[in-house]
Amino acid sequence: MQVQETADRIIDLVGDRAEAQVSVDGTQHDLTRFANSFIHQNVGERGLNVALKLAVNDRVAFATSTRSDEVGLASLVEETIHAARLRPTDKDWPGLAEPAAPVEPARFEAQTASATPDRRAAEVAAFIAAGNGLLAAGYFDTQGGPTAFANSAGQRLAASTSRATFDGIHQTGTSAGAAHQTSADINDVDGSGLGTIAATKAKDSAITRHLEPGEYEVILSPECVATIMFFLGAYGWNAKSHLEGQSFTVLGEQQFDPAVTIEDDYADPLAVGLSFDADGTPKRKVTIVEAGVSKSLAHDLRTARRAGGESTGHAIPGGDAFGALPTNLHFRPGDRSVVDLIGSVERGLFITTFNYCRILDPRTQVVTGLTRNGTFLVEGGEIGGAVSNLRFTQSFIEALSPGRVLGIGDDARMADSEVGPGIASAPSVHLAAWNFTGGAQG
Amino acid sequence: MFDYAQAAVEGALAAGATYADARAMIVRRQGLSCLNQNLDSLDYDENAGVGVRALIGSSWGFYATPEPTEAAARAAGAQASAIANASALAAGDPLQLLDVPVVADHYETPYEEAPFDVVLSEKADLLIAATGIMQEVPGVALAEARMRFWDTEKYFVSSQGHRISQHLVESGGEMAATAIGESETQRRSYPQSFGQFETGGFEVIRRFDLAGNAGRVAEEAVALLTAPECPTGTLDLILESSQLALQIHESVGHATELDRILGWEAAFAGTSWLDLAQLGTLQFGSPRMNITADATLPGSLATFGYDDEGTPAQRVDIVKEGIWVGVLSGRDSAAIAGLAPGGMVRGDGYNRLPMVRMTNVGLLPGESSLDEMVSETKDGVYMATNRSWSIDDRRLNFQFGCEAGWEVKNGQLGRMVRNPTYTGISPEFWGSLDLLGGREETSYWGVPNCGKGQPMQSGHTGHPAAPARFRDVRVGVK
Repeated sequence: MQVQETADRIIDLVGDRAEAQVSVDGTQHDLTRFANSFIHQNVGERGLNVALKLAVNDRVAFATSTRSDEVGLASLVEETIHAARLRPTDKDWPGLAEPAAPVEPARFEAQTASATPDRRAAEVAAFIAAGNGLLAAGYFDTQGGPTAFANSAGQRLAASTSRATFDGIHQTGTSAGAAHQTSADINDVDGSGLGTIAATKAKDSAITRHLEPGEYEVILSPECVATIMFFLGAYGWNAKSHLEGQSFTVLGEQQFDPAVTIEDDYADPLAVGLSFDADGTPKRKVTIVEAGVSKSLAHDLRTARRAGGESTGHAIPGGDAFGALPTNLHFRPGDRSVVDLIGSVERGLFITTFNYCRILDPRTQVVTGLTRNGTFLVEGGEIGGAVSNLRFTQSFIEALSPGRVLGIGDDARMADSEVGPGIASAPSVHLAAWNFTGGAQG
Repeated sequence: MFDYAQAAVEGALAAGATYADARAMIVRRQGLSCLNQNLDSLDYDENAGVGVRALIGSSWGFYATPEPTEAAARAAGAQASAIANASALAAGDPLQLLDVPVVADHYETPYEEAPFDVVLSEKADLLIAATGIMQEVPGVALAEARMRFWDTEKYFVSSQGHRISQHLVESGGEMAATAIGESETQRRSYPQSFGQFETGGFEVIRRFDLAGNAGRVAEEAVALLTAPECPTGTLDLILESSQLALQIHESVGHATELDRILGWEAAFAGTSWLDLAQLGTLQFGSPRMNITADATLPGSLATFGYDDEGTPAQRVDIVKEGIWVGVLSGRDSAAIAGLAPGGMVRGDGYNRLPMVRMTNVGLLPGESSLDEMVSETKDGVYMATNRSWSIDDRRLNFQFGCEAGWEVKNGQLGRMVRNPTYTGISPEFWGSLDLLGGREETSYWGVPNCGKGQPMQSGHTGHPAAPARFRDVRVGVK
């Protein structure tokens, strides 16, 4: 049974016993993983994933299942109705999404969805070869296929998505360099080119010197900026956090440097992912920060009802307790080359990758993490050599506050290597200060 | 279900695998979440299917399907072999598997009260009542409570003849109060942040006594908003046992995973600062440090009968009197290292490739007590309950934040302090361990969300720990 038929069948099985919404995901997923310069784990999976939410007189239950045969679907429906009837009412149940015209679907490339293990292995081999004997590790991940949504209010949506992500490192024995690429089209992925980038960074950082912790001017790579956006989005632009008072966001206030504009847009040429959310709301473009001013938040139906507004299409599956999440973030690029950004630094650091970032307080956005895969000292406008990895303890909101952003690069790309592929694009950013609180070696 | 898994293995062998195994699984999960006396989430998940791994040369091929037919399982086996074959384009040395006893057996988690049989209204009432008590404390903005349960049936078949079924039952939950100030939030949770999870039934939840602890948790969250900042400097540090459990997880458990040491996780999770050449001689910590990985501890979260390679659950010494003596391993990684397989390979559901996972990695009890630690500390901080954790890709440099701290001055527990943090380098930190709580203060803490692997897998791990004192630690990191 195909995804739309499965979704429709579940709505039929529920009948008029409950308000119901269902998503059926038929995405296929394959991943080729390599380490020590050979493929060691190579995996694939197929099947439908069904997510059903229903409400019986405002008593809401959510269930997921991998069973898509008639018996499995009937069981899912009956057990979910049974569970809903036994629970207390949910005073924040917003009801179902009303039927709305679908928006333009996101980019889908069938070649990506059906990529073979041989195709992935060939790109991995090219990445390894580009290292000329360096030790390679990483993964090449392809996924794609159809997703359908239906609800008992009459909403029907369907779309296909695709994503190819290559993420790898080369290692010298004392250092590593990384490269990352995500696209809806597998043909955009260049294993050899990525291998050359990673190998160059690894070799350039093979000899490091110790740098005293303290506050330094920094050039952050797109990967680092994407990580920052993820934390701001999950804890600050999530309307549920805002309604609860845990978010730093003050709408209408100049909280960021005027150079900063951040949007959430599934239709951006770089973006990957669905054109509708888990509630069945078509996604809309949201300007979150415009010229440094906090403008909007990501809403689902539940938060929109509480705030007295409209959903922006950012519900995540099973996310009632977490809230809405912006998953197509784009930090808008500037017009300066990375070389130009580095050239304007008298003494600072060029950070290529963050590692293991964790938040201490969502309100202050104080985050600790480390640098990884190449950290370089910049002196007199030129990269002067590599330094050992450093630990930082830094408020992300403060780092981007008015007057602290000294330049934005023109090199925006999908760069979400730390927080999961497909979520964010970003350029390099030049910041006035970043607080390093220790060396990774002690 | 055994025949279903057997078909997958046969499919893989027919397509060229030199070894194959398969897990047919049915995993049921239930979760309830309550915010300010409103049950805002009730979710149920049933995940069923078969995952088969096929070994050809240097690579595992793995394929999973939820289709519940022997034909689909057989096709999945063939696909796993085809995927493994494709790896020949970037091949390494052939992988060897160490032998383990070939058995037909069944294991069952002991439990008193099947968690899925407890009516939803009783579970909801518990959560609503706990959040209600927390809300009664002025200043509490968010009162949250959650519980989760897993019921897992697992059928393992290997091409060597294993036929092992297991029924695992896991339960747990938490509650937390959040107070929101002008510029920051403060939070206290119980039994630990992110929840306490154990193998067992609903009796685990009843033992927590959420209602009995709700008032204290709420009052501490509010008090933290106006508490002084954690002192900054190099002081003695006393850790409450759930924080020490996470310290063990991050800086000992992950560091001693053999797949990390061998470089298999280098690009994502990272490697390890440990070198196998130093196994048996490296000073990991003080002589009071004795760490074991024990998958047989009754009630602990990572307790089972067999791992996902058919290796029996066992206890392995990891650190003995401060010396690094063991690793967390599987049949393939142990073969490379020349060690015995540790029975520590597990997968997150039928559709994930099993990999090296911590079992119950924890400290053997010491002879001290929290009271003694406080009374013998002139200038220090007592920190409780994790709030943030970060550690480098070699598992050497860490920084933790806790929910609450208390000054310790001249043998007395003093004022509560907010935003307590500490940082260190693993062997230096563990080398400074000088007092460790005894058996009566040891808890088996459970972590249900250990992220590792690509695609990402969430592992369930256990960590026996008691309060402990560490000397001269950098605290109040700014």
